[in-house]
Parts: sequence; structure tokens; C-alpha cells
Amino acid sequence: MNLNEEVELLKGVPILSKIEPAKLKLLAFTSERVNYAEGQELCHQGDPGDAMYVILGGVADVLIDTPTGQIQVAEMKKNDFLGEIAVLCDVPRTATIKAREPLSTLKISKDTFYRMVGEFPTMAIEIMRELAHRVEDTNKKLREATANKAA
Amino acid sequence: MQRNLFTYIWRHSRPEQIVILGLVVLAQVFYFMSLTVPKSVINNGIQGNAFKDSKTIPFLVFELDLSAILPGKIIRIFDGFQVNQLGYLVTMSFVFLGAVIVNGLFKKSINTQKGRMGERMLRRLRYELYDRILRFPPAHFRKVKQAELATMIKDEVEPLGGFIGDAFVQPMFLGGQALTAIIFIMMQNWLLGIVVVVLLAAQMAIIPRLRRPVLVLGRLRQISARQLAGRIAETADGVHEIHIHGAANYERADISERLGRIFKIRFDLYQKKFVAKFWNNILSQATPFAIFLIGGYFAITGQMDVGAVVGVLLAYKDLPSPIKELIDWDQQRQDVQIKYEQVIDQFQPEGMMPEALQAIPDGPPPPLGRELALAGVTVSEDGRVKQLDSVSMVLPTCSKLAVIGGSSSGKDVLGQVLARITLPSAGSIKIDGSDFFQLPEYVLGARTSYVGQETYLFPISVRDNLLFGLKIRPITPAKYDDKTRAERELFWKEAERAGNPALDPTADWIDYELAGATGPADLLPRIVEALKQVELDEDIYALGLRGTVDPALRPDLAERILKARHELHGRLQDPSYAGLIETFNGDRYNRNLSVAENILFGTPLGKDFAGDNIAVDPYMQSVLRATGIDLDLQRMGLTIAETMVELFSGLSPDNPLFEQYSFISADELPNVRLLLQRLGGKGIDAVPEADRPRLMTLPFRYIEARHRLGLIDAEMEERLLAARHAFASSLPEPLRGAVEFYDFQRYNSAATLQDNILFGRLVYGQAQGEQRIGTLTSDVLNELGLHNSVIEVGLEYNVGVGGKRLTATQRQKLGIARALIKRPQLLVVNEAVAAFDGRTQDRIRDNILATAKKDDRGVVWIANRPSQAEPFEQIVVMQGGRIAAQGKPSELAAKGGLYAELMAS
Repeated sequence: MNLNEEVELLKGVPILSKIEPAKLKLLAFTSERVNYAEGQELCHQGDPGDAMYVILGGVADVLIDTPTGQIQVAEMKKNDFLGEIAVLCDVPRTATIKAREPLSTLKISKDTFYRMVGEFPTMAIEIMRELAHRVEDTNKKLREATANKAA
Repeated sequence: MQRNLFTYIWRHSRPEQIVILGLVVLAQVFYFMSLTVPKSVINNGIQGNAFKDSKTIPFLVFELDLSAILPGKIIRIFDGFQVNQLGYLVTMSFVFLGAVIVNGLFKKSINTQKGRMGERMLRRLRYELYDRILRFPPAHFRKVKQAELATMIKDEVEPLGGFIGDAFVQPMFLGGQALTAIIFIMMQNWLLGIVVVVLLAAQMAIIPRLRRPVLVLGRLRQISARQLAGRIAETADGVHEIHIHGAANYERADISERLGRIFKIRFDLYQKKFVAKFWNNILSQATPFAIFLIGGYFAITGQMDVGAVVGVLLAYKDLPSPIKELIDWDQQRQDVQIKYEQVIDQFQPEGMMPEALQAIPDGPPPPLGRELALAGVTVSEDGRVKQLDSVSMVLPTCSKLAVIGGSSSGKDVLGQVLARITLPSAGSIKIDGSDFFQLPEYVLGARTSYVGQETYLFPISVRDNLLFGLKIRPITPAKYDDKTRAERELFWKEAERAGNPALDPTADWIDYELAGATGPADLLPRIVEALKQVELDEDIYALGLRGTVDPALRPDLAERILKARHELHGRLQDPSYAGLIETFNGDRYNRNLSVAENILFGTPLGKDFAGDNIAVDPYMQSVLRATGIDLDLQRMGLTIAETMVELFSGLSPDNPLFEQYSFISADELPNVRLLLQRLGGKGIDAVPEADRPRLMTLPFRYIEARHRLGLIDAEMEERLLAARHAFASSLPEPLRGAVEFYDFQRYNSAATLQDNILFGRLVYGQAQGEQRIGTLTSDVLNELGLHNSVIEVGLEYNVGVGGKRLTATQRQKLGIARALIKRPQLLVVNEAVAAFDGRTQDRIRDNILATAKKDDRGVVWIANRPSQAEPFEQIVVMQGGRIAAQGKPSELAAKGGLYAELMAS
């Protein structure tokens, strides 16, 4: 997969979908392609977050530590974006991500990401808008859930 | 050291001075001869004056013409043979030539001897000054600036060398000349003579007086220049502070002020100098004035005939020049005397260590003794603040003692006193009844060790730093062949003539016994053990992997590394390592190497093919043209340029992304953009010839696996491979040494150990690839027993000035290892682990304590955290410079008090 194909793929990632292609290309170029073998961890719950990932191919498990052991809470596949919470909020990793099968990712380091956002504020606005949509989405679900519970 | 320079010179160069003086007197004979012969050649040989009366005259009449000293005085020694005019001319011409040659030889010999004597004395003086630095009391280094010491030894004593050769010869010689002339004048007319003598005396008295201010200013100039050197060194030392606090202009102000003062001193010096010169000239003309006036008066009044007056004047002709030179000499004498005093005053602080304490032992240093007894030891810098206050204790040299206390408890000072780097102002320390401070340094150096909070490393290899403490005396003399041996003997003889020790730094100074080894062969395990104790072995191992080995010097090691390469590549066949390494294969394009590396397919040696040079190298270009790939590469360059312009155009030039990722620097980007605009998409053929080299460098840096621009397809790979083969097959002879090609069967001397073992490149973007390969490499090296050999290579790493090429922790660890490797009978660790994290501190303490217990050696552990003291047998609790409590941990814990308080904190 070369750079142009990566860019095409990034366009399909919701959080990045509104960003102009030229910037996405720079983001892809300054990011690292990292492949994981089955069972390797992308990040570990509780570790400091230094990068975000876009999955280019393969499937990964999202695992969370509980008193009774690790449980799987979700899975991530092609086009999914992960690790942004630790990077954006500067909190430790909230989950462990483990490759379920050979996994190919684009690793966007925290430094690169911040440098690009600093350089192109419109990029920040697009991401902000996307995140706000997500919050709104969550709120809606919450309202529905409370309404159902009340009913 | 003598304060009088003349006493000093006379004392150390008497025989040489006397020889030179003899030579000078002897030389005069030939000098006068070379002056008289021309006269005979012209008068008799050419004009034939002597042959007017007869065809032949006696020749080889040996006479000494002393008319230069005593006019008209000729001593005839031999009556000679008869010769005719032509024969006379020929012989006399040759006699003249001979006299000139002999005269020249004398001059050469005298000057050489003077020069050698001067240089010897300079060497002696410099050595003595340096020797004194080594014997300065420790506290003195708080007062002197290192740059000033260096300036004094290097620059300020330099003019002394030139003067020493003339110190005695010059005044004797000139004085002799002047005296002869005066005696002659006296013989002509004693009254006139007395007048001359009085005037000369006045000159000799007044002129030095006029010059005194010049000398005073000269001294000021010397001191201010020395301080300037000190100030400049301070700027270099404190450069970070200057930048951090924005104090550059304050520093500028200070330097400007100093330079202004130096200017004033130097300008005053010129003024005074020329005033002195003016009076000097006037006074020296006063004598002929007196001779004219008084001699003329005597002649007119008939008390003296005219001939005598002329005679006096003629004799006087020879007088001013030696007198002037004498005065100059005297000026120089005073000048160097002041310089000398200025310097040696700085080198005699109070409390210098006696020479005997630094003697070289004949054999292995004796053991330290069994018990140190401190009685009323007080340390106080100014007599008021007592850092240590009447500390008394008995310390068996094998005790395991921890000292705890607050930050101003004096515990660190106690440690320094035990290492003798701080001297007590009162009290005594006895070792088995004798004075601890009279113990020779070699006993202290061999049997005790001290590590403080900061470690100084010399800018030499890790190994040499580590073994520094084992070099107390030369153990095995260096082996020389006969010729070198003879040269060395001469060298040492000369050293002794100048009062320098004939010690050979190339001898083996390492005391293997101290380290518990028997010789160079089994030292490495001891080194590794010491490194392990401070957890530095892995760091040095890593340095070793990044180091290089010259297979010519270590064929065995190169051989074994090759074996490791084979072994590693065998293991890489395991499917779990698949895709982590792309091996160097001569017949395959390596996607994890740059285009340049792919074509070169080797390690560049020297500058020809290093970095961007490879793109513009004429041979490389000829290869590319021959294989027809040059245009393709330029096309690739154009694509890269377009991509870079597209990607990076919107970025501000100072964004770090530029430096990290762009092929084109921020400064160059606008030019490239202009070029592309001019091209207007017309392709490579439209690119002007001048811009092509710039485009050429771009594809050379391109790595397909990393940059992912999809520029190199299978067909391009084939063509690049063809270029690789063409490059290697017709590489011209002069460039053979500029590249070492990758060859699986050969050790690559230009590549690091790691690259040699790996023989391939880590594949980009494989999660944990580097760690896994690192572990695998380490496993292979361990199994082949090469781990220590890699450490050995790492030991050759140069630590840089002040050890700055190591991290602060590594420096400190190396400092502790240096103290441990000599297995000291008593080790003082003075908060030396404070720089490490808590767990490392405890582990290193445990390592040190365990070895000390095993070998029954002593440790005094000045704890930076009280809790470190727990495993020690004895604990001393300090407060306010005094011992507050002392005993076994359990006893102290039972008592509570300060101990409990500190332990709880």
C-alpha cells in the first residue's frame, strides 16, 4: 500500500473525513506504517499515550481490565481510528488493544499530530466538529436509554 | 623554589653556562682574525704593498691582531714561509674563507647550546610548576582558576627560555668589551676617562629608574592578561547559565571593561617606553658631547694633544653599543625576574603536600592498616562555621558503616576527610597509631577508594577511565626494539638533565593484582564484574554493538562475529522472525535501504560516497549514464520534488516536521517550487542542466519501505540492480578504498559490530521488531561467548571532554566502578548514588555491600537517604557537624531519637 492508497483510506475515517486531502497526505507521510503480528499489543491500559492509530487492515480486540480479569468490550477493523482519547485528553490508555490477526496500522505520533494541528487550525476545527457529533450522538443514546428506563 | 631567577638559573645550569662562556671567549680570536685578514688581502695581495721591496714575503706569520680591543697591539707568534704576490692572494683568500667558516661554526655552536640550555631550563621550570599543582593542598583549588594556571605554565614562563641562554654570557661578554674600551680611554687621559665613567654611571643609574614604571606596567599587563584568560574560561564553563538567564550582554560589558583596562595599561606602557627611550638616547649622546667639550678644551689649552682626543673618540666608538645592550639586557633581566616572581608566587600556597607523600613505591603498596582513629577532627573554613565539630571515633578499616544525617549534618565532609580531599583544621586522624596524613598517596590510592556525588572522567576511553585507579606505578616496562630503545634512553637522559622524571607513560602501569587479575589476559572478567555491580555492563555492551573493530588488529574477534552472523541468520529462518530483517542480498533490491545504499551496496569509507556526495560523484554519474538509469532517477527526483512541494508548502519553515520528514529543507523549498512552476509540468527534458544535480540527490535518499511514495516498481528494481552490479564491476582503482562492499562471508571493517552481525536492515514498521532482533542478537552473542568481547569493544568508546558523551548516570556509574575495580580495603561512598532512582540506589548498595562482606573489606556509606543505612552493621548519626548517635541499627532503633526521626522521614 503506498501513500496515495493510504490517503484514500484516511478519507474514509470519520474523524478525518472532513480534512482536505493535501493535509491528509502530509499526515500519512509523517506517520509510520506499523504491522502487528497476532497477539501483539498496540497499547496497554494505563500506559501513557504517545500515538493514535488508523487500522489499514486486520482486526484488533479492545480489552479492559476488570477485577475478574480482562474482558473484550469491542473490536476494531479497517478504517477504525483508535487511541485518540489518550492523546487528546492526555490521560493514560483507557483500554488495551491487541491484534487478533495480523494487523496493519498507520501510527500517528502525538508530536506529529499536535504539530499539524498547530499549523492548520482548520484541521482542529474539523476534528472538534466530529468529536462534538460523537458527544451529541452519545447524549442522544443516553436520553433514549433514560426514556426507555422511565417507561 | 628560589625567588631569585638568577639563583635558580645558576643552580641548575652552572656547568653549561661555563662551557658557553669559554666558547664565547675562544670565538673572539677567530672573530678578530676574520676582521684583520681582509685588510691584508687588499693591501698586500691586491695592491701589492708588501711586495714593493721584494718578490716574496714571509707568510703564515701568526699574529693576533687585537687592535679592536687594544689598537695597534699585534702579537707575532710565527715568522712564516716565503710566498709571492699571487700565492699570497690565493692563500690569504682561503685563510679568510676558513676564518669566516670557523667563526660561523662557533656562532652556530654557541647559539645552539644557549638555545638548548634555555629550553632545558624552561622544561624544568614548567615541570616544577606542574609538579606543584599536583601537590597543592586540596582547598587551594577553590581559589585558583584552572585557565590561569594553564596560562602561567604555558605562556608566562615562555620568555624565560629565551633569556636563560643569555643570562650570564651576555653581561660578561658585553661588560668585557665595555671595560676594555674604558681602560683604553683611561690610558689616554685619566681625567677624560673619569668623565666618561661618571657619565656612564649616571646613565646606568638613571635609565633603569626611568624604566621602572614600564616594568610595573608590564607586571599589571601580565596579571590582567592572565585574568582575561580566566574570565574567558569562565564564560565557556558557564555558557548555559549565560544563555538561560539572558546575561550575554552583562558578560559583554565585563569583557569590554577588562579589555579597556588592558588597553589603558598597554597604551601607558607604550608612552612610558618611548619616554624612557628618548632619555636613553639623549644620555648616550652626553658622553661624546663631554669628550668634544672637555677634550677640545684640553687640546686647545695644550693639556692634551689632538691625536689623544681622536684616540679617545675612536675608543669611545666601541663603547655605546655594548653599554646599550647591557642596559637592554638589564631591562630584560628585570622583566623576566618580575614575570618569574609573579608566576612562582602563585605556585607556593601554604600547606603544600611534601614530595615524599607522592613517591613511587618500589613494589606492591603495603596494606592500609587495621584501624583509623579520629580524635577531635574539626573542619572549618573560616574558623567560625564548623562543618565538622570535634568528631572522634574509631573506625576499623574493615567496618561496614553507614553515616546518616540531614543535609548540613557534616556527613559529606566526614567522607571527604576520610579521603583526604578536605583537610581538618584541628584534631588528628591516626592509622594504627601513625599519622593518617603522612601516609603516602600510593597506599591511599591503592588501598582506599572514594566516590563523591560528582565524578570527573578524563577524555579517554571507558576502559582507560575505569583502570585509572590501577595506575599507581609502572608495573611492566614497555618493550622496545633496539633502535627505539636507544632513542628512548636518550629521551630519558634528556628528561633527567631537565630535572624531569624518566617515567615511561607507555609502560604498563596497570596493577593487575589490585584488580584481582594476574595480567592483561584475565582482566576483562574483572572489568565486567565491576560494571555489573553498578549495572553499567548493558550500556557498555550497547556501545560495543555500535563500535567498530579493525579485523587487521583483532582477526579472532572479526572471525567470531562472522560466526555470529551465520548463527543469527540461521535463527532468522524461524517463521516467527519472518519479515523482521531484510538481508543484504547482492541479487535483490533491498526496499529498506535507500536508493544510494542499494546502488553502493556497501559501507562508504571516507568522503567520496558518504551522504549526498554519492549523488554528485563523477564515477557514480558515469555508471548511471552507462546503465541508462540517470534520466529515470532524475524523473524520480522530479516526482519527489513535486510531492514535497505539495506536502510541505503550507508549513511554516521552522516546523520540526520539515527537518524530520522533508527531502527538501525549508530554505530550499521556495526555489524548488519556482523551478516546478517554470517547468509547468513539462517533464524532465525541460529541466535546465544546472538544476539536475539538485534533483539527483532526492531519489538517492529515498527508501521505498519508509517513504511509501510507490516510486520503485519491480522494473525499476531490476534497473537499479543493474546499476549496482555495474558500479561494483568497473570501480576504478583509486576508488577501491572508498567503499567496503557487503559480502556475507567477509567482515566489514567500516560497519559497526551490530551491522556486521545483522547483515541486513530492520524492516520498517514491524511492531517490536527492533527489540526482538536485539534480544535475538544478544542471545546469539551470549551463546557464542561473545558478550564480553562486545563489552570489550564498548570499553574503547571515548567518553569525551568531562565524560560528556556519556549520560550523567553512566558517568556516575563509571566513577563507582572505577573505585570498585581496585578492590579497596576501605571504600568511601559519599552520596555517590544520589543521582540514580531509588531502586537502583539500593541494588548498587547491596552489590557493594555483598562483595565487601565476602572479601572482608570496609565500606563507609554516606547515605543520601537514611533508609539506605539499614543493612549496615554500624550506623553513625550526624547532626550539626557532630556525631549524635552511633551503634548497631537495632541499638539505635531501641533508643529512638534522631535516628528514629531520620528513618521515619
